[in-house]
Amino acid sequence: MKDAPSHFYRRACLRLVLGLLAVWFSVSFGCGILFREWLDAKAPQIGSAPFGFWMAQQGAIICFVILLVVYAVMMNRLDAKHGYTEGQ
Amino acid sequence: MTQDHLNFIFIGISFAIYIGIAIKSRAGSTKEYYTAGGGVSPLANGMATAADWMSAATFISMAGTVALSGYDASRFLMGWTGGFVLLTILMVPYLRKFNKATVPDFVGDRYYSKLARGVAVGCAIFICMTYIMGQMRGVGVVFSQLFGISITSGVIIGGAIVFFYAGLGGMKGITYTQVAQYCVMAFAYTIPAIFIAMALTGNVLPQIGLISDYTAGGEAIPFLEKMNNINTELGFAEYTSGKLSKINMFCITAALMCGTAGLPHVIVRFFTVKNVSAVRKSACWTLLFISVIYLTAPAIGAFARVNLIEKLHDTSYQEAPYWLQEFEETGQMAWIDKNNDGKIQYYGPSKSLAGSHAVFQGKKPSYPNLEATDGQLVGKHGQRLLANKVDTSNPNELWFGNDIMVMANPHMAGLPMWVIALLMAGCIAAALSTAAGLLLVLSTSISHDLMKKILKPDLSDKEEVRYARVASFLALALAVYFGINPPSQFIAKTVAFAFGLAASSFFPTLLMGIFSKRMNREGAIAGMLCGILFTFGYIIYFQFLDGTPDQYLLGITPEGIGFIGMLINFAVAFLVSAFTPAPPQEVQDMVENIHIPSGSGEASHH
Repeated sequence: MKDAPSHFYRRACLRLVLGLLAVWFSVSFGCGILFREWLDAKAPQIGSAPFGFWMAQQGAIICFVILLVVYAVMMNRLDAKHGYTEGQ
Repeated sequence: MTQDHLNFIFIGISFAIYIGIAIKSRAGSTKEYYTAGGGVSPLANGMATAADWMSAATFISMAGTVALSGYDASRFLMGWTGGFVLLTILMVPYLRKFNKATVPDFVGDRYYSKLARGVAVGCAIFICMTYIMGQMRGVGVVFSQLFGISITSGVIIGGAIVFFYAGLGGMKGITYTQVAQYCVMAFAYTIPAIFIAMALTGNVLPQIGLISDYTAGGEAIPFLEKMNNINTELGFAEYTSGKLSKINMFCITAALMCGTAGLPHVIVRFFTVKNVSAVRKSACWTLLFISVIYLTAPAIGAFARVNLIEKLHDTSYQEAPYWLQEFEETGQMAWIDKNNDGKIQYYGPSKSLAGSHAVFQGKKPSYPNLEATDGQLVGKHGQRLLANKVDTSNPNELWFGNDIMVMANPHMAGLPMWVIALLMAGCIAAALSTAAGLLLVLSTSISHDLMKKILKPDLSDKEEVRYARVASFLALALAVYFGINPPSQFIAKTVAFAFGLAASSFFPTLLMGIFSKRMNREGAIAGMLCGILFTFGYIIYFQFLDGTPDQYLLGITPEGIGFIGMLINFAVAFLVSAFTPAPPQEVQDMVENIHIPSGSGEASHH
């Protein structure tokens, strides 16, 4: 089971997952909760909405959808590169 | 044609569609019963999962919660969508590769232990039962309003319909019915929002309307600024600021996210597609479909609040719009003329020294009984009188339930009757789809995990499906019973349980099972037990015993304690597993294997 290709594949997957989780955390907990007041005051408004508030109610959800699309595309690419693709 | 006729027509048509689909795609084998044969397309599965995920409570109450608490409600918006990111990138592709029909199956095999499986079955049953009770109640309430029957008969009718297509159709029948239900829900939710956004802000998209100018009142003013002005003027917290402490907000959001990622009835949905790559695609669709509703909810909430206040505050009761009286009739709004001026006043907590804006004492309005004289039933302005004692410590005169924000919105905005009928159909679709999905997981947990894997291993395929059908009947009977006799505030409180429990039990256990080869039976069981006991104890102490808010740990409410329970689970599990022997080689190989996406085969249950 410990053959080299699968090892590289898992490392690449892990890097991707950790990267996406970092984005996930910063758009929701970061912008929407932890640094909200600061962003409300300093960051440019989205339309007429304060940035932090908008992130918490709309932006974070939009980012989540984008994250999942990126995940699906990147993972499929990784699968193909390492020969794990199955017939659709 | 009256509103009632239209409601009947819309709901009748939608029911005919659901039942037709259920009959056409009913399950023939255990495989089809549990996982629809593993051949559902990612798009269809995405829609079905979205319908399953959004319950009647989400559909009816979420916009109302946003309207009332503004920024604070973001915890639900982020929590219930962000969980899908965790679910997709950390859990379901690996669990799908593992290729078993249920979540307790994975726990039992990965931790080579019947005890672990037993704990997982217990949690799964509890979580699903909690949810389904609330759904049945929701169906009953909607039916009773529609047909003018009692809630009891409403719940029974709803239960019969759910049993008909969930019990008979299995996962396959449910999945295709839910696709239809999602479509009904999405239209029902977004169409009124579009009409209202055009009326208030001149934008077609409600999401754009929320961040642009309010134009209905003559001069244009940024919509959210208008919200803040209204709120502070009437004595509420600023709409965009909120009241919850940062740490509490953080913990609740985290608990909801991790809880979502650990909910067994959501996870099994992804076992119905062909392979791992289809799981990923399907998860994208699911979140996209969910976000259609979740991105609309904040807009609906804000619009409804402006409408409600503009139409009612400082208006004399006799000139108030007709829907106020309709909602008084159903007990969802109430007005008490505290200062005897015949006008409705709506004020927030900072208008009084006591810091409350309760209209009356008690949580819900109660009304005089039937023998009461006319003078006790109807006030001098024609308003419906309450039996509750008036709360005189503040000037607020208007009470309304969370639920009316969505249901009253079309009335408030004067939308055509067919929009209201569509909304009714959407609401029932939301309740039925969730109830059906839960019922299936519940019956699977009992017939497959409990009967076949623990009590009677020699069960044949056919007997297993029969057990599943009997189990779903019994579970539904129980849910109907609790729907008719809700244990007082119990249902609302147990929602905190369901998420806390999922966050502190399933999420960490599954995560460690997937990503740590070293995690062993002893660690997992110890971690699960500690996490559950801590979370359970905390919630029971504060919700059912006499815990007071100043005793909260770090100011965290029971809603958010599942996050701490989860951390405890992780810590205990790693500590215990460090001092106990590593898992057997074949289990380690299995963990290695689930990270390789190919070769997941068809979903089966063996």
